[in-house]
Amino acid sequence: MMLNDFFYMGGYGIYVWSAYAITAIVLIFNLILIKKKEKKILYNLRKLKKIKDNNEA
Amino acid sequence: MYKWIHQFGSPKYFYNISLVLSKWIAFVCIACFIAGLYGGLVLAPADYQQGDSYRIIYIHVPASWMSLFVYLVLATSGAITLIWRIKIADFVARASAPIGASFTFLALTTGAIWGKPMWGTYWVWDARLTSELILLFLYLGYIALQSSFNDKRIAARAGAILALIGVINIPIIHYSVEWWSTLHQGPTISKLDTPSIHYSMLIPLLLMLAAYKTFYIYVALMGVRNEIIESEYNTAWVKKLLDN
Repeated sequence: MMLNDFFYMGGYGIYVWSAYAITAIVLIFNLILIKKKEKKILYNLRKLKKIKDNNEA
Repeated sequence: MYKWIHQFGSPKYFYNISLVLSKWIAFVCIACFIAGLYGGLVLAPADYQQGDSYRIIYIHVPASWMSLFVYLVLATSGAITLIWRIKIADFVARASAPIGASFTFLALTTGAIWGKPMWGTYWVWDARLTSELILLFLYLGYIALQSSFNDKRIAARAGAILALIGVINIPIIHYSVEWWSTLHQGPTISKLDTPSIHYSMLIPLLLMLAAYKTFYIYVALMGVRNEIIESEYNTAWVKKLLDN
């Protein structure tokens, strides 16, 4: 089986795939954190602006 | 030239141009990841000595390389912050530190996982591994120092000084495999005239390097944009942006 060979990695599958998994997790985590931060900043600033606009009106 | 630099230092200009650039960078990054992973995991043959375990090289070397590159960006931004007081430089440093620390962490963990089947151990206290671990502590120290000041200007200067002092570690990491006897193998691709690696393995590696670099630029630009709208929220253009 081709696919089995691919996952088996000549007996090194556990090492190769765990290294790739950790890399994927850390990189995706970076993306999620930065997107979350962007959302939070925009949300906070919009709220702040609303309060300011209401005070001026 | 000077006008161009000045423009680029303007937060509004930087924000708008980075939004446009990011879309293209994301496209290049995804394309390089797909091509690099396919070439490295499927097309490239197994190594005659290390078998398939060598395939960790496609995530280990780019992570190590980027851990040094991002630190150089951090130190350069630090120097610009100290000399010219350009705000954007500090934003670039702030946005780079977490992703740089992530690359360093990945270089260490993927290296350890690769070391187990090849060297018989996850970790040895040799020059290359120890200096890379110090790099991780420098990144963490930088992040901790930056977040320990309420005044962003003081935080920027303190961080810049730390980044510049730490730069001494970069040539030590790079040359450690030549200066000291170590378990770690010598450079694979830095001698481009006579690369010690076959093209079927080299091309996926270069694609992965490009993928990591564009990934870093994408994440860092987004971090810089976050810093910009946070610090410029009183300006007319940010107010307009918030209305959308």
